[in-house]
Amino acid sequence: MNFTLKIWRQHNADSKGGFETYKVEDIPPEASFLEMLDILNEGIVRKGGDPVAFEHDCREGICGCCGLYINGHPHGGFKGTTTCQLCMRKFKNGETIVVEPWRAKPFPVIKDLMVDRSALDKIIQAGGYVSCHTGGVPDANAVLVSKHDADLAMDAASCIGCGACVAACKNASAMLFVGAKISQLELLPQGRIETEERVKKMVAKMDELGFGNCSDTRACQAVCPKKIKVTNIARMNRNYLWAKLKGKH
Amino acid sequence: MAVSGAAMVFFLLFHALMNLVSIFSESGYEAICEFLGANWYAVVGTIGIAALMSIHLVFAFILSWQNYKSRGSDRYAVVAKNEGVTWASRNMLVIGLIVIIGLALHLYNFWYKMQWSELCGNEPASGIQLIKETFGNTFFSCCYIVWLFFIYLHLSHGISSLMQSIGWNNEVWEKRITAIAKVLSALITLMLVSVVFYYWIIY
Repeated sequence: MNFTLKIWRQHNADSKGGFETYKVEDIPPEASFLEMLDILNEGIVRKGGDPVAFEHDCREGICGCCGLYINGHPHGGFKGTTTCQLCMRKFKNGETIVVEPWRAKPFPVIKDLMVDRSALDKIIQAGGYVSCHTGGVPDANAVLVSKHDADLAMDAASCIGCGACVAACKNASAMLFVGAKISQLELLPQGRIETEERVKKMVAKMDELGFGNCSDTRACQAVCPKKIKVTNIARMNRNYLWAKLKGKH
Repeated sequence: MAVSGAAMVFFLLFHALMNLVSIFSESGYEAICEFLGANWYAVVGTIGIAALMSIHLVFAFILSWQNYKSRGSDRYAVVAKNEGVTWASRNMLVIGLIVIIGLALHLYNFWYKMQWSELCGNEPASGIQLIKETFGNTFFSCCYIVWLFFIYLHLSHGISSLMQSIGWNNEVWEKRITAIAKVLSALITLMLVSVVFYYWIIY
C-alpha cells in the first residue's frame, strides 16, 4: 500500500513546528501504524535525515505510550484501538494521512510527535494510591467484593493513561483519566477509605496543572482506546462534592 | 453551573405550564398574571431568577475562558467528528448567548409591560392581550420559534450534563438520564411553542 503522510515536525518545545510531506510505498497491509512509521524512518535515516520522533513501548495496547492524532482523531478513531494496534489496511491505498501530536497546554511537545505527558503522572502522585500496612497475604475471602463492583473497578483500571481523552476534549480536560483512576480505587474496600482525601488532592493537582473543565461533550469516551465510560467522571464528581461538603482533609 | 441550571429548568417548566393555560382558558391565564403581578413573592422570585441567570452566565464565561487557556495556542490542523458528540454539547456558550439575546426581546415584550410597569406604579398590560398582539405578528412569532429551538438545544444537553456534574449519572441510569433530558427539554419547548403557534396560526 502507498500513502502520503503529512507529519508534524518540531525540533523542540520552543521551536516553531510545521507539517512535512512524505511518501511511503510498499507498506504491507498488516503493518501497524507504528511499523509504517518505522519504515518511513528507515528511509529518512538512509538518506541522512532526522527521523520522526514518536513515543512507543509495548506495541500491544497496554502501555499507553503511542499517542498520535491521526486524521483528526486520537489513535486514528477506530473504536477500542490504540495507535500501535491500528493496521494500515484500515486506510485506503493512496490516502493522505495527517499525523499530529496531542495538543493541550499541559502536554508540551518534546519533539515532532512526542509530547510530555508527565502531568498525568503528577496527578497520580497526588493521590492515586492506597496506603496500607504490608504483611502476610490475607485470605481471598476475607474482604468481600461484589461482582458488580469488581467489574466496574476492573473496567476503570483498564485506563492506560495515554491521554487521548485530553487530546480529544475541546477543553483539554483530564477528567476521564482522573475519574477512572479514582473509580478503580474507590470501588474496592481497600481504596475506599481514602476516597475523600484522594479525590480532593487529585482534582486540585489536575486544576493546578492547567487541565480544563468537563463540559460533558463525551468526546473523551468516544475516543478512549480502552472504552472508559464518562460515568467514572460522575462518580468522581459525586465523591468530590461529598468530600467538599464534609470539609475533612 | 449545574445548580443554577437546574433551578432554571424548574422555572422554565413552571413558565411553560402557566403559558399553556392561555390556550385553554383566557380568564385562567389572566388570573395567573394577576396572582403573580408585582406581589412581593413574584418580585422575590424574579430577583432570584435574575440572580441565578447572572451566576450561570458569569460561570459560563469563567469556565469557557479557563478551557480556552487549557487547550493552548496550537490547534489541530484536522478535526473530525467523534461518534456520540452532539453539536449542542460543543457549542453551549454560543447557544446560551443566542438564548440571552432572545430573552432580552422577551423581557421587553412581556415583563417590561407587565411586572415592571406595575412596579413603576402604572397599570400593567393584560397578559392575554400581549400574547395575542405579540404572536399575532409573524415576525415576532418566527423570532420566538427560532429562540425556542435554541432553548431546546441548550436544555437537551444541559439537563443530562447537570446530572453528570452533580454526580447523579451511573452505569444503570446513563441512557435513561439522556432520554429523560431529551423528553423533558422537548416537552418544555413544545408547551412553549404550542402557545406561539396557537395565537399565530389557529387563533
